[in-house]
Amino acid sequence: MVNASQVEAVSSSSAIPQVKPYEYVLEVVNARKEFPGVVALDNVSLKVRPGTVHALMGENGAGKSTLMKIIAGIYHPDAGEIRLRGEAVHLATPLAAQEAGIAMIHQELLLMNSMTVAENIWIRREPRNAFGLVNHAQMHQMTTELFDRLNITLDPDAEVSELSVANRQMVEIAKAVSFNSDVLIMDEPTSAITEKEVAHLFEIIRGLRERGIGIVYITHKMNELFEIADEFSVFRDGHYIATHLSSEVTRDDIIQMMVGREITQMFPKEEVEIGDVVLSVKNLTLEGVFHDVSFDVRAGEILGFAGLVGSGRSNVAETLFGVTPATSGTIEINGKKASIQTSHDAIKLGMAFLTEDRKETGCFLPLDIQENAQMAVIHDDFVKYGFVQEAKLEKVCLEISQKLRVKTPNMHECIENLSGGNQQKVLIGRWLLTNPKILILDEPTRGIDVGAKAEIHSLITQLAHNGVAVIMISSEMPEVLGMSDRVLVMHEGHCTGILDRADADQVKVMDLAAQ
Amino acid sequence: MTTRTATAPNATLAAPSKKRLPQEISILLVLFGIAAFFEVLGWFLVGQSFLGNMSRLQIIILQVSVIGIIAVGVTQVIITGGIDLSSGSVVAMSGMVAATFAQDANWPKIIHPALVDLPWFIPLAVGLAVGAAAGFVNGWLITKTKIPPFIATLGMMVSARGVARWYTDGSPVSGFTESFAMLGNGMGRWAPVVIFLVVAVVFHVVMRYTRFGKFTYAIGANPQAARVSGINIETHLIKVYMIAGLLAGLAAMVAIARIKTAQAGMGLMYELDAIAAAVIGGVSLSGGRGRITGTVIGALILGVMLSGFTFLRVDAYYQDIIKGAIIVVAVVVDMHRQNKRSKKT
Repeated sequence: MVNASQVEAVSSSSAIPQVKPYEYVLEVVNARKEFPGVVALDNVSLKVRPGTVHALMGENGAGKSTLMKIIAGIYHPDAGEIRLRGEAVHLATPLAAQEAGIAMIHQELLLMNSMTVAENIWIRREPRNAFGLVNHAQMHQMTTELFDRLNITLDPDAEVSELSVANRQMVEIAKAVSFNSDVLIMDEPTSAITEKEVAHLFEIIRGLRERGIGIVYITHKMNELFEIADEFSVFRDGHYIATHLSSEVTRDDIIQMMVGREITQMFPKEEVEIGDVVLSVKNLTLEGVFHDVSFDVRAGEILGFAGLVGSGRSNVAETLFGVTPATSGTIEINGKKASIQTSHDAIKLGMAFLTEDRKETGCFLPLDIQENAQMAVIHDDFVKYGFVQEAKLEKVCLEISQKLRVKTPNMHECIENLSGGNQQKVLIGRWLLTNPKILILDEPTRGIDVGAKAEIHSLITQLAHNGVAVIMISSEMPEVLGMSDRVLVMHEGHCTGILDRADADQVKVMDLAAQ
Repeated sequence: MTTRTATAPNATLAAPSKKRLPQEISILLVLFGIAAFFEVLGWFLVGQSFLGNMSRLQIIILQVSVIGIIAVGVTQVIITGGIDLSSGSVVAMSGMVAATFAQDANWPKIIHPALVDLPWFIPLAVGLAVGAAAGFVNGWLITKTKIPPFIATLGMMVSARGVARWYTDGSPVSGFTESFAMLGNGMGRWAPVVIFLVVAVVFHVVMRYTRFGKFTYAIGANPQAARVSGINIETHLIKVYMIAGLLAGLAAMVAIARIKTAQAGMGLMYELDAIAAAVIGGVSLSGGRGRITGTVIGALILGVMLSGFTFLRVDAYYQDIIKGAIIVVAVVVDMHRQNKRSKKT
């Protein structure tokens, strides 16, 4: 299997004159991972050569993160094999992966903020003195040596909480190197650091590459790929698509590979009469998060919001709904300027907002279905002298949940006991009870089964038919393209374009989303 | 158009909910069990009936009333996901301040004697106002400075006790007017029990049937979802902490009227008894779950245990040890229930 001449090539180019009897430092072979309701990875393979930077590319939900977590021992594959330095390994825990020589630098850094740089690096491996106590002088020395080798200039005794994100990343990298790792996984390391810091980071990555470390580099940014990666693999919808040398492809090729699916799923899209502008947003800005976002939505129209995770789509929705009030810009509803400082303001103006994360910001898990459904409507309606009109509410909640086909024995079942799709329907019901004129849906079908998905799609169409102005945020490209009349694309806090349904296709959207 | 409305293979069908006993029933059974335990041991060890003694039962329920009134307020705070450690000190502070407005002109040792022989409702109003003010400060600190409720109310616990001592330089206040003393001794000495029951019923109704109650549960169940649902979390929390303070003030009035004296050391550790009553009654410390009825039964359990151990002549030190153990067990049971729930989803 292993080509002898390639082994030769690798070992001779390596700085260490040691024959490595393997071509790939890390191999993932036919890995499969299922979560309840979705196949996150289906027969995925990945081969990383020592001394290279191997980029993982793919849209949201392509399976990159799942694959990474399998390599780092956080998830266990349902099928398939991981080979490290040519030998099959079983990585039971993240610790086992670390000891086997795989280090991972998470997007949200996992350092202990109140401890020093040196303490963070040598935790559990602290040098001891004769009394069994930590030898700080030696630890300082070891850290300085490590930093010298990596060309990092940081004070080993600084507290991590005082460091910038970029410097914390350096600490994580140094820690990974201190384990003598052969594989280093980096998850979007440049997402939160400045350009200058990126340059320094790349320098360090190149240094690691020369030391023969195989680096798995996850990114959404095309230009980084060409700058730093030797090879790249593309994933789509949990499938492995292709691996290429980055020198032999163009940006357009990669976009084609990332989005090149055929849209087989049909959407119940109906041509409805588009009415007047209901919501008009001009130069909406939340300082430091998104800037100068402007768009109109008309009655009966579905405006899709596309963009990669973290591009600011959900932040715009939260600002529109008063969760995080805007720092500048105007919002007009039916031609009248609206001041939205709280969600209650937004509700009074006829808006409704299905949030992105059912568990975190949607459900009241300890409460029953009716209590979950009624919470947005009992501000002004269905309340007499402060008393909630339970009987009346039970009737309307029952009606709406029958209309949405929520599977439940009764309205007093705890929402925790429902499936994801049914929970989502109850939350949609919560907002339909308020009779919204403007409905904002953030990932309305995430993590729910196919049947419930189709039902929610027809419901959205029906609402548009009834003249509701709909904003639909989705990470699923087919859903955005299939349901929207127009598609607004965001990239790093800016609106990079609004496409008409006729013009919008996967390549154009991805082109605007990944600059 | 493909017809894919059929449910996916792994779609969970709505499983009919298992008919479980309401939690209150199981707590009530625990109460009966404990009472029966003392009854049996009573015949063996002391040679008399534990329950068949009307005056003992009256003492139990009278003692429970003061803690119970506080616990009704603390329960609401815990349901929002918070905690109130200041209740005991607030009892002392509002008790001391109100007591100086409740003195009889003929009493030889009048403290702050400017206002004497006032009608009963004036000291009552003063006590409630002091309690509510302390609650307002708690709520304001928690919502405006975003410090954890534990710290805010811990600060109030220390400061309010200080106010109680400073207010009379540590001297107790006695010599209340007849009409004020009725708050603790009226209705054939049942007044505290009646007040407790009224408070419990009122807030049971508030928590179950009003918008205010629904919002309280919503905030404890998921504050972010509550905010998106248009609930003004800050003002609501301030109101809840004010109610807790107000009820601590009311408990103080009942307590000083019953024993006819107020002193700065009163109400010591009441906050812990109140929290214990709520926790034993099934109120979840993680918020969003629990009922006033549970707390009432929880308070009764504490009262029966206290009386039972005294009846069996168990040393007071052992009583505290056992009480501490029971609180821990109640929380462990709560955590266990939570875990079982989260595993299901």
